[in-house]
Amino acid sequence: MAKLIPKPKMTAAEAIYVPEIAKGLGVTIGRFFTNTFSSRGSENNQIDTVDYPEEKRTYPERFRGIHRLTHRADGSPRCVACLCCSTACPAQCIHIEAAEYPAGDPRAGYERYPRVFVIDELRCIFCGFCVEACPCDAIRMDSGMHMPPSTQREHFIFDKAMLMAIPAADGSFETANPRHEPGESSHPGIDRKRGH
Amino acid sequence: MDTVLLLAAVAKILFALVLVLTFSPVLVWADRRQSAMIQDRVGPNRAGIPIGDKNFALAGLLHPLADALKFMWKEDFIPPKADKLLHALAPIISVIPTIAAFAVIPWGDTIWLDHLNEVLPAEPTGRQIAFQVASLNVGILYIFAVGGTGVIGAAIAGYCSDNKYALLGGIRAAGQMVSYEVTLGLSLVSCFMLYNTLLLENMVEWQVLHHWGIWYQWPAFILFYAGSIAETKRIPFDIPEGESELAAGYFTEYSGMKFGMFMMGEYIAMVVSCAIMTAVFFGGYDVSIQLPWDQTDIFRIGRDGIHGLPIASIPYLPDLLARYLPDWVLLGYLPLKHWIVSVLYALSFIVKTTILLWLTLMIRWSLPRFRYDQVMKMCWRYMLPASLGWIFITGMFILL
Repeated sequence: MAKLIPKPKMTAAEAIYVPEIAKGLGVTIGRFFTNTFSSRGSENNQIDTVDYPEEKRTYPERFRGIHRLTHRADGSPRCVACLCCSTACPAQCIHIEAAEYPAGDPRAGYERYPRVFVIDELRCIFCGFCVEACPCDAIRMDSGMHMPPSTQREHFIFDKAMLMAIPAADGSFETANPRHEPGESSHPGIDRKRGH
Repeated sequence: MDTVLLLAAVAKILFALVLVLTFSPVLVWADRRQSAMIQDRVGPNRAGIPIGDKNFALAGLLHPLADALKFMWKEDFIPPKADKLLHALAPIISVIPTIAAFAVIPWGDTIWLDHLNEVLPAEPTGRQIAFQVASLNVGILYIFAVGGTGVIGAAIAGYCSDNKYALLGGIRAAGQMVSYEVTLGLSLVSCFMLYNTLLLENMVEWQVLHHWGIWYQWPAFILFYAGSIAETKRIPFDIPEGESELAAGYFTEYSGMKFGMFMMGEYIAMVVSCAIMTAVFFGGYDVSIQLPWDQTDIFRIGRDGIHGLPIASIPYLPDLLARYLPDWVLLGYLPLKHWIVSVLYALSFIVKTTILLWLTLMIRWSLPRFRYDQVMKMCWRYMLPASLGWIFITGMFILL
């Protein structure tokens, strides 16, 4: 059953319309004068616009910016080329070629390193799955930067050197999570020397 | 004809034309910035002239200039099945009459060429120029006649575009503008009766002698104001171009400078209607504050200088006041040269028009759009009887 809603009755002042216009104009004119004759940022001024290129708002702490590859204490990448991130990536924008450390290196035979690590920032959808997938905390998106605009496609293809040169928002190249190198006493145990 | 008079005529035409053509881009700017201020935004403030490494944006004043440049470079598209002649003619028809309407608007009092550099005597002689392009004996009827042709522009634009939206917009524009022209005319009839003249300059003179027309004719002012907003097709009466229903209404198929001309025509029509209201209701070029119950001046810029209340004649005037106030304040009279007075008059007319334009923009950004049936109902059922009724009441008052 349709329910009939009666039309609201207007008072005489509302029906004439002119007093109501004057009321509405009062609101807009008041707003106009407070905004025009007060400086931006002062108490009365209601304009919250940020003048972007001149004035930048810092991104929130958990903002997913462009990727960076975190460093170990010796400056080499933490990445062990396990391909978890490129597997998790829904946009398939990560390309990794794994390689063995040279013989004699303490990490040789224990873990690998990325010979090539390329992220196509144009394909990236900034979902953060790669960061979540990484078992080594080697890839992070805490740079606090968005991809700077460019007219050239090559500028968006970030290689390993580029990714390692991007610092976190606080300027560091490492992460807060400790890294336990094989051979160190803090290392949980499994390595080739000590046996299984 | 005297060479000086000829030169003066050319100068007057140039003055009116330049004024009108600068008003419209400034209005575009004001429209944008003002709406921004009302809506807590910043508004366009980027387009500027880079000098060195600084960008001189002048608070966004250069955006209309950038717009004009863009209009000129855009493709001038004509729909394949459109009437090419009418399509080109329509924007011209909607702009030229609005500019032509400025011919009869009195910007200031009569200028006496032989007395320019002295205080005007009580009975000036010699060559005189009316400070308006043409003093026609039909006066304000000329504005209605010329302004009425604006309908043709909108209707033709809608008809010739070969677009259903444009056609609907054109029909709406024609219907609305013809309807409101009636109210517009009738609401001024009471003013003709009161001022006993059709000439805008004589109306202003009447208001100089008495009070401003707004005190006697405020209902006519409200009716005329509403009618003139409808006539210029501005919000809340902009249904001919109601973009939520009709794409862009009658100028859907226009691009580039032709669209720019429609826009310019709209803004110029606004200036015309505000200038008429200044002349008819707000004393034109007159600057005066009077006591409401008689014609005693508290302040007035007269033909021969600034008049005020003679403070010196007040009994028991405090000594300090008498010592430090300048003489002309005490005497209540400061003689000014004729050319200064003329400039002041023109300025006061422009300032009054600007204030009215500001209010028009304010209304445009405050009210929602009417429905088409509401617009028509308001015109024929309410505003037309109201204006007729006001004519009747004014007539009674004049007779009594």
